[in-house]
Amino acid sequence: MEFTCIRTYSPAQGVGVVQINRPAAMNALNLQTMIEIVDAFSAYDSDPEIRCLVIHGNEKAFAAGADIKEMSGANAIEMLERDQFARWERIRQIKKPIIAAVSGFALGGGCELAMLCDMIVASETAQFGQPEINIGVMPGAGGTQRLTRAVGKALAMEIVLTGRMISAAEAKRVNLVNSVVPVEGYLYESIALAREVASKAPIALKLAKESVLKAFSSTLEGGLEFERKNFYMLFASDDQKEGMSAFVEKRKPQWSGK
Amino acid sequence: MTFNSLLYSIDSQVLTITLNRPDAYNACNEELTNELQQAFAAASSDDTVRTIILTGAGKAFCSGQDLKDAPSGSSKRSLADSLQRRYNPIIRAIREIPKPVIAGINGVAAGAGLSLALACDMRIMSASARLVEAFIGIALVPDSGATFFYSRMLGYSKAFEFATLNKPILAADALQLGLVNYVFHPSAFVESLLAIALQYAKGPTQTYGYVKYLLQQGANMPLNNMLEMEVDYQQRAGESKDYTEGVKAFIEKRAPNFSGE
Repeated sequence: MEFTCIRTYSPAQGVGVVQINRPAAMNALNLQTMIEIVDAFSAYDSDPEIRCLVIHGNEKAFAAGADIKEMSGANAIEMLERDQFARWERIRQIKKPIIAAVSGFALGGGCELAMLCDMIVASETAQFGQPEINIGVMPGAGGTQRLTRAVGKALAMEIVLTGRMISAAEAKRVNLVNSVVPVEGYLYESIALAREVASKAPIALKLAKESVLKAFSSTLEGGLEFERKNFYMLFASDDQKEGMSAFVEKRKPQWSGK
Repeated sequence: MTFNSLLYSIDSQVLTITLNRPDAYNACNEELTNELQQAFAAASSDDTVRTIILTGAGKAFCSGQDLKDAPSGSSKRSLADSLQRRYNPIIRAIREIPKPVIAGINGVAAGAGLSLALACDMRIMSASARLVEAFIGIALVPDSGATFFYSRMLGYSKAFEFATLNKPILAADALQLGLVNYVFHPSAFVESLLAIALQYAKGPTQTYGYVKYLLQQGANMPLNNMLEMEVDYQQRAGESKDYTEGVKAFIEKRAPNFSGE
């Protein structure tokens, strides 16, 4: 696949990485970038060699929002027709775990993209925010929903209504991110986490991810039923047999992904 | 320079001192404490060394005194002699060397091994490592500076608890207590530690030395004394080549290229 706005590479077995690569535009997420991210993620999702995904930008910017120039002249009907956020839905359907490695700005669409991932590793310099209110609009790709679910109503309101950015330290305190490390180590840390995830049984990873996400879209009862069925389903996998035999025999399991 | 119980290697102006008795969890025998003294003395006089990493080979950082390392003959080891002759000079050397010393806590740091880590200027810890007080388990008091470091870093109440309960501190808790600066995933640990050390090695080394000295003094001195000392040391820092370079780089809007002088 030929990309112009992103770069893809695999730094470790089982780990597929996407780097947003528009440094001159602070990695603003224009349409082409989103198309490429979705294409790369979809390819990784169907590649049996890849078990965990990482997305990152550069040290100064993970992604500093959507491409405002691209949108500024559009009217409502054009926006509706363009339906650019539809592509984001495709990322939500990726079955393999995705880790966002965030350094520098994760603003607007960048913050929404990070929150769309399953875990966030932040560098100390990371800053998160939804500044759309400052240009007369509001988050449009999940910001109001995912931020509220992650940090609660009061803080989400403050961030969305004032456009205030929060630091990596504050993001850690309010559980928006998993860990904060110095900028020199944030990529290593993200890839290490991805390697650990990638070392687990692939089907269990997919069903576990799906089940955790279900907590945001179901009643407790519905979620528990969903979880139970996924749990039972795993007993149809070779990896369940292998994992439990290995545990009993006190050895390391060898996953087949079947 | 050749050592037997530790590795001494310099790369990109970062000196890595690796305690290298992995089969004994890097416990300190006579040879290792001797060599640590020599290593810090060598690092002190070597201008090509601008940052020092102290870490361990294998699973452990350092498990403290090697209890199997009995003194020759039948004489009982004098603990006082052991501290004065072997450990205290190392702790002083780490604190006094005018360069950043980073402990890379790759695995368990126990007893005097923990003291070594606490004497360093920064601690970077693997998520799988833990800190163990250990002394109280054999009815000894914390030594090698531990009583100083525990009480200053933890406050009296937590320090007393840690020094008497002998309950290990896991990485996440060590981070929260402020005992370590950063925790990394075990498989990201080495690369991240080196990357951070490399940043320090590119910094204004001489000024780091002044900062180190002043902060240590500041912990025990009244404000007025520190205000006076800052006057003196700022004057000295202002005479460094790196100050000239730093100001020039700022005006030219580029990253400074510090030589350490």
